[in-house]
Amino acid sequence: MSEQATDKRVREASRRHFLQAGAALASGSAIAGLAGTNALAGSDSNLPPNVPEWMKAPGDSMGSQPYGAPSVHEKGVVKNISKTLPQYISASGRTPLQELDGIITPNGLFYERHHGGVPTIDPAEHRLMLHGMVDRPLVFTMEDIRRFPSQSRIHFIECSGNPVYTKPYGKTASDLVGLVSCAEWTGVPLKTVLDEAGLQPGAKWIVAEGADAAALTRSIPIEKCLDDAMLVYSQNGERLRPQQGYPLRLLLPGFEGNMNVKWLRRLKVVAEPAYSREETSKYTDPMPDGTSREFTFTMEAKSIITRPSGGQKLTTQGFHEITGLAWSGRGKIKRVEVSVDGGKSWQDAALQEPVLTRALTRFRFPWHWDGAPALIQSRAIDETGYMQPTLVELVAVRGLNSFYHNNAIWPWRIDANGEVSNGQA
Amino acid sequence: MARLELTTALLTSAIMTVVVAAHAEERYGIGSPATPAEIAGWNIDIGRDGSNLPPGSGSVERGRVVFSEQCAACHGDNGQGGVGDRLVGGQGTLASPKPIRTVGSYWPYASTLFDYIRRAMPQNAPQSLSNEDVYAVSAYILSLNGVVPANAVLDAKSLAAVKMPNRDGFVSDPRPDVHDR
Repeated sequence: MSEQATDKRVREASRRHFLQAGAALASGSAIAGLAGTNALAGSDSNLPPNVPEWMKAPGDSMGSQPYGAPSVHEKGVVKNISKTLPQYISASGRTPLQELDGIITPNGLFYERHHGGVPTIDPAEHRLMLHGMVDRPLVFTMEDIRRFPSQSRIHFIECSGNPVYTKPYGKTASDLVGLVSCAEWTGVPLKTVLDEAGLQPGAKWIVAEGADAAALTRSIPIEKCLDDAMLVYSQNGERLRPQQGYPLRLLLPGFEGNMNVKWLRRLKVVAEPAYSREETSKYTDPMPDGTSREFTFTMEAKSIITRPSGGQKLTTQGFHEITGLAWSGRGKIKRVEVSVDGGKSWQDAALQEPVLTRALTRFRFPWHWDGAPALIQSRAIDETGYMQPTLVELVAVRGLNSFYHNNAIWPWRIDANGEVSNGQA
Repeated sequence: MARLELTTALLTSAIMTVVVAAHAEERYGIGSPATPAEIAGWNIDIGRDGSNLPPGSGSVERGRVVFSEQCAACHGDNGQGGVGDRLVGGQGTLASPKPIRTVGSYWPYASTLFDYIRRAMPQNAPQSLSNEDVYAVSAYILSLNGVVPANAVLDAKSLAAVKMPNRDGFVSDPRPDVHDR
C-alpha cells in the first residue's frame, strides 16, 4: 500500500471515529467555550500518527508581526462590547474573564470605560499641572514624570457598576463582572510628586482631571493620595494603551475605577471636594429611602467562578477544576470558599501565590462532576474578615436601584447536559 | 543646669535645622513653575458654593435657543432624554420603586450643572459654548425643572444662590453595611 493510500485509510477511519465520538469529545476539551478555541479542524491529517502540516514547511519569517498578536485561533477572545448600546462615545467594554488564566489581564483585553471617547494624545504636548493649596504650583512634562523614582505594583481596577442589581442579568462571567481587570503598573507614588510642590495646611482633597472630551473630574481624599496612590505611565511593561489613559493616569488601588482618572492632566489640591457631575449625578448609590450614598470609594470583596461559567458546557463527567478570581479593595484576599451544592456547604479553595493586596487572586478547587444538575458558587473573605454577601443580603439593605458596588456572590447552574448558565436568572 | 538646658536647646535647634534641610533636599527639582496664566486657563472647576464661576450671565429665554440648537438632539426637546440623560422631572420619585434621577430631582448643586456643561457639553464639541451660553442653558434646564422662574437670568451670584431640591439627599458611606453571618 502506498503512503498516500495509507493516509487516506487512516483519515477515513479517524473520521468514522470522530463521527461516533461526537464533536465535543473529539475536540479534546472537557469544557467547550464560546470563543471558538475548540473549533474543529475538519481533518485528522495533522493528528498522530501523521506529521502535522505546520512541520512540513517553514513558518512565518521574523518581522511578519513587529508587534505580536494572538494566534489566529484565538480571534474570538476579544473585549465583550454590547452591540445594542445607545451610544459608543460614553460606553464600556468588558474583559472576557472566562477566557483568561492567571491574574494579569492582557493589555488589549483590559476593560474600558470612557465618557468622551478615547483621545489621541501626543505625549510631547501633554502636561500635568499641580496647583491649588501647594507651596509651589508646578507643570510637568512626561519626561519630568519619568525622572521621578519609579515603582511597579500589581493592582486591579474595577468599575463600580459591575454588575447592576436588576435583571436582565448577564449570561457569562464577563457579562456579569467583566468590568474588572488587573495589571502591573509602573509610575511614581503620588506622594513623591506632591512633596515636590509642598502641601499647604488644610489640604484635604485633590481634584483630578482628565484630558479627554469629558474633562472627567473626581475628588480624591488626601489620605489616599498620600498612601498608595500612583501616577502611572506603564502597564504590564509597556506604555499605557490609549484606552487606559495614555500617556498618564491616576491609580488608586481598591477605589472604584472612575476615580482612577485617565489622560491625567491636572491635580488641584483643595479643602473640599469638587462635587463634580461624576461624584453627584453619577457614582452615588441610591437607597430605598430616597437618600443616596456619596463618596463610596472602596470596592468590597468579590469573587466569581470563571470556569466552568455561564455559556460554557461540561462535555464529560468526572474531574473538573473549578477556578476563578477574587479581589478586595480593602486589602488581601484571605480565603475563598466554594460550594458545589447550592450553598449548603462550603469548602476552602486553594489560592495561587502570590496573594497581593488589592490585586486579583486566582483560586482553584478540584471537583468531580457526577453528571447531575448542580449549583456552584464562590465567596471571598478578605483580610479585614469581611465576607462577600449574597445578592439577597445586599438587596435587603440597598434595594434594587442602588446600581453601583454590587459585590454579590454569583452562582452558576449546571444542567444535566452540562450546560452552564446564570444561577440567578 | 541653665547652661545644659541652653546647650540642649541649641542642639535641638541645630538638629531641627538639619532635618528641615534634609527634607528640603528630598525634593528632586523636577517640573517647572505653573504660571498664573497657565493655571487660569485650565482651572475651570466650580465649587459647590459657586466659587470660580466666571463673569457673564444668561437668561432662560436665550437658554431655550441654545438648548434647541446644541442639546435637544440627545436630551430631547424638553429635556425628557434620548441618547443623552433625562434632565427634567422626577421630583418626589427618589424613594419610589422607580426613581427618576434628573438635574431637578437628583443633582445637589446648580454649580455642578454649570461646571459639567462647560467642560463636557455638547458631547460632539465640548468647551465650545461661551460662558454666557453656559449660564443660559443652565438657567433653561433649571427652569424646566421649576427650580428657577421662566424669566430668570443667572450669573455667578444668582447661580450660587440656587438651592437644589435634593440638596440634602446625600449621606456618607456606611459600608460595610452587610454584616458577617
